[in-house]
Amino acid sequence: MPLIPTFDFYQIFLQPWSTPQLVSWNLQIIIMGILVCWTCGLVGSFIVVRRMALMGDAISHGILPGLALAFIISGSLGIGAMFIGACLAGLACNFCIEWLHSNTKIREDAAMGLVFTSFFALGVTLISGHTGNIDLDPSCILYGEIGLVPLAEKVEMSGIFLGNRAIWVMGVVFMCIGTGTFIFYRQLLVSSFDITLAKSIGIPVKAVHICLMLALALATVASLEAVGVILVVAMFVFPSVTASFFFNRLLYVLLFSFPLGVLYTLGGFHLAHWLDCSIAGAIAVTATLLFIPACLLGPKGGVCSRFIKS
Amino acid sequence: MKSPFYPIEVHDLTVSYQRKPVLYGVDLEIEEGSLVGVIGPNGAGKSTLIKTIMNMVSPNGGFVKIFGKNPKAGTKHIGYIPQKESVDWDFPVTVMDVVLMGRYGRLGWFGRISKDDRRMAHECLEKVDMLPYANRQIGNLSGGQQQRVFLARALAQESSIYLMDEPFAGVDAVSEKAIVSILKSMQQDGKTLVIVHHDLATAKEYFDHLLLLNMRKIAYGPIQKVFTQDLLQKTYGGRLTIFSEMASQAARQPEIEMEKSIS
Repeated sequence: MPLIPTFDFYQIFLQPWSTPQLVSWNLQIIIMGILVCWTCGLVGSFIVVRRMALMGDAISHGILPGLALAFIISGSLGIGAMFIGACLAGLACNFCIEWLHSNTKIREDAAMGLVFTSFFALGVTLISGHTGNIDLDPSCILYGEIGLVPLAEKVEMSGIFLGNRAIWVMGVVFMCIGTGTFIFYRQLLVSSFDITLAKSIGIPVKAVHICLMLALALATVASLEAVGVILVVAMFVFPSVTASFFFNRLLYVLLFSFPLGVLYTLGGFHLAHWLDCSIAGAIAVTATLLFIPACLLGPKGGVCSRFIKS
Repeated sequence: MKSPFYPIEVHDLTVSYQRKPVLYGVDLEIEEGSLVGVIGPNGAGKSTLIKTIMNMVSPNGGFVKIFGKNPKAGTKHIGYIPQKESVDWDFPVTVMDVVLMGRYGRLGWFGRISKDDRRMAHECLEKVDMLPYANRQIGNLSGGQQQRVFLARALAQESSIYLMDEPFAGVDAVSEKAIVSILKSMQQDGKTLVIVHHDLATAKEYFDHLLLLNMRKIAYGPIQKVFTQDLLQKTYGGRLTIFSEMASQAARQPEIEMEKSIS
């Protein structure tokens, strides 16, 4: 079998959209992907400008034991239980990191590395100990399987068919995070840029920080089925970093993550059809492929623009 | 109308970092409309004093009052210009965005930036001669320009007190002159300004009050009274006792004696 299958335009781009059944199936995947990218892009932009990209990484891994315990206790993969589990584990993870680096001689980066890998390992152990249980598949939680999203149960309200439950959950999470960002944009901006000014004009910076961490946990949990806890970090970091090579205002960086999310999803979906691989992985690969030219050619601090200036 | 309270009142303030005292029993009453320079050697606690007044550092003893209120409520009267190193210059904000942040304090939780706010920000940028750079990202500016942007933001805050931590560090001579003349005009508008300063040579022409600090308050008062050889020696001398001893030893030699009389 060749490393790269032959490129067949029809097979890759048209075949997935050739029959109504395929269209309805694949459209659900695309919508889910776009919602995941948008939600994570919004939260991720703030995480990145606060120089907390690694913390995002740590938290998204560290919530795994919380998810496992929530599932074992509640017996369901519903977002409510998962979110509570994720928040508790996230808080515990955060607390352990803080405690280690302020009460021992361990530095913050090492503390982060220690804590999140041990939480992650604990999570993996818990999940794989329960593999007998059909609903909780370790590879699904780690890598996600967006291709199976159309299989999620359907929502019906008083007899009217409303569509896929997973997409609805993701949509509601996106709306919550989007609305929050819109309303509190100024507070988020100023507390990210200048904590002293934020404090002096009465913005509760601690609360803003905690809300952002909760949004991070919520976005991770909601995207879990689609992209898994490992790749979700890519969705947090790539949109805003890529956008920052084109725009020098946070607002534009945020807005640019929307078209980027669409590109990532469509690109990843078709790439996966070409290479016959995991769609979530292909989405992250697409994000990388789009990041490279942005980094090289981007007008705002790209490699070439710096070269020309000097 | 003058407030019956001092803009800044510090009483018996003691601050320490990890049990190492940085400030010790500092008493200070700054009158409205003063342009105060804070002078002292490295590690004298100048920045710590500013940070404590800004409520970024909590004291181990004593208190700070701002117009008679505790710092938590009082800091909204203060415009603060941070030390250059504490700003993230890669942050995706333009000059205009930064100056508009100065207006945020007046908007409350759900207010939106109005046309008046924009006009105000515009005017403040004009005052510091930075209007042509309004759409630049803040990292793409020279040190002096960066400092002027934060000065414009402070102006936009329309505070009654301004605290600045080394505004002249890494600033070219032209910018420094421009900043000083803005500071003086702010003082004429009745603002109270407290500025951490490094350069003894220029202190006398920039400020009208001086705080000499070296862990303790050495002296505070009008510049003519405080800017004396004796008090400056006391401020900087704490760390230089060995040198002054050496100096007095050397003073027995005639050629040094001569140099001393010249100075």
